[in-house]
Amino acid sequence: MISHTERSANYAILLLFAAIALWPILTILGTALGPDDAGGTGGLANFPAAWEEGRFGSSMLTSIAVSGFVVAVAGVLSILAGYAFGTMRVPGAAVLFPLFLLGLMVPTEVIVVPLYFDLRTFGLTNTFWGIALPQVAQSVAFGTFWMRAYFRSRPQSLIEAGRLDGAGSWRILWQILVPPGRPAIVTMVVLTFMWTWNEFLIPLVMATDESLRTAPLGLAFFQGQHTSGLTLLAAGAVIVAAPVVVVYLFLQRHFIRGMLEGAVRE
Amino acid sequence: MADTLLAGPTTTAPARRGHLGPSPWHALAYVAPALVVYAAFVLYPLGRAVHLSLFDWDGLTLATFVGLDNYLDVVTDGDLRAAFGHALVLIVFFALLPTAIGLVLATLLTRARVRGLPFFRTVVFLPQVIAMVVVGVAWRQLYAPDGSVNDLLGIVGLGGVARAWLGDPTFALPAVGVIGTWVQTGLVTVLLMAGISRIPDQLYEAARLDGAGPVREFFAITLPSVRAELAVALTLTVIAALKTFDLIYITTGGGPGNRTSVPSYEVYNRAFRLGEVGSAAAVGVTLTVIIFAINLAVARIGERR
Repeated sequence: MISHTERSANYAILLLFAAIALWPILTILGTALGPDDAGGTGGLANFPAAWEEGRFGSSMLTSIAVSGFVVAVAGVLSILAGYAFGTMRVPGAAVLFPLFLLGLMVPTEVIVVPLYFDLRTFGLTNTFWGIALPQVAQSVAFGTFWMRAYFRSRPQSLIEAGRLDGAGSWRILWQILVPPGRPAIVTMVVLTFMWTWNEFLIPLVMATDESLRTAPLGLAFFQGQHTSGLTLLAAGAVIVAAPVVVVYLFLQRHFIRGMLEGAVRE
Repeated sequence: MADTLLAGPTTTAPARRGHLGPSPWHALAYVAPALVVYAAFVLYPLGRAVHLSLFDWDGLTLATFVGLDNYLDVVTDGDLRAAFGHALVLIVFFALLPTAIGLVLATLLTRARVRGLPFFRTVVFLPQVIAMVVVGVAWRQLYAPDGSVNDLLGIVGLGGVARAWLGDPTFALPAVGVIGTWVQTGLVTVLLMAGISRIPDQLYEAARLDGAGPVREFFAITLPSVRAELAVALTLTVIAALKTFDLIYITTGGGPGNRTSVPSYEVYNRAFRLGEVGSAAAVGVTLTVIIFAINLAVARIGERR
């Protein structure tokens, strides 16, 4: 059906757009692996140098702690709430569930201002909790929506059979419904991880202490220092992007599926 | 087991709750932990933002009630009007351009049955998962006076237009916009590719039998079939354009002057640098209302199908 020239043209377009998508990424990788800022050999040695100079040891650790906490807590809370909304008659569900959906739309910009001043009153700004809890709340909005869709897709007979076997709702959830739901849960986990790792505004506002800076924040401050040259900055950028990119390369189906289906709603 | 199964139907009717599962309060207990965190850290702050927006407050001393004055500023204050104007320009770059490019790309690639599509999808989606801060650092390097954007212009004989793109009063905003086009095109393309691949082949075969060319095929079949995907793509990208905070913070800081300031940057700037908390809250609430309105409008369009 399709002519030879048309096919070649399509391959050319494919390659052109792949090249455009990769261009900034390869540029930053190339700079990071190039000669160091003093004109020395550089190469892989740029990474430990940037790690040292940009104090990424501390900021990466903070990012791991914050992301780990948000992913775990938001994940469990979302499974519980999604289970109830998906399989039980929750009183007031007609109001409560849309309220959770609202959270998918609320921009961080609008909540971060009152959050800062209210948490300051409780002495919670510049703490781990000030950075992590608002992100748990935002993730729970998506997670509840996502897990409800999964639990609703389970056949009712599965739950009935569990009840007949004498299992309570808690055991039905963890022993019957959660194990086959691994793909849905993995998708939620990788998306929450990506959003939390890449989040910038909340840690920027909440963390005034250098020891509480997350990795993206550390990179922004590294860029602001006039001492850091292009090579070290590029190496720092690669370090900050790497965890999410590596997970993406292994689990890309989950990322793409989640971001597309999650957006389509129902 | 067999006995219980047989006994099943007779017991369901009277003891409905006992058989059909947990009591309502039991169900609410499953929702409660998520609800508490969500209410405390999203819903309550949202209400507080509306409250704060009615006051003139520097974040430290006593606040004075000013009614809707802060909202009036959104319409009358030159800086804020400029910021919302810049957001409109960014919508062209973040939403309209990627959608146009994505439509053409997805149409060509899905119907052409070229090999290597999975690789292509992985690559063009990659900008979506990279932290905006990193994207900003990378593009600053490309846009630098001795960066590869100017190198490329030199190679194609346009060395004369080379400049420090992000520091140029005229070109800084479009330069930031192009970064948005780069980030969003992959998302739109992948979304539309999924939509187009679901269109049954028979539709196209029928069109060909009717003698339709590729252009008529596109307008008669492809475009109407991916309406839902187009609506989603536009919602996601328009909202991304309105929430461009990290990118502006890293690349231009709103400058030169205020040439690249956007509403989300104004929220941060006013609340945490200028000490105009009430005004910041009003800008934030306005932004939220706009985002809700876009979502509602798109949901309406989707329903009308």
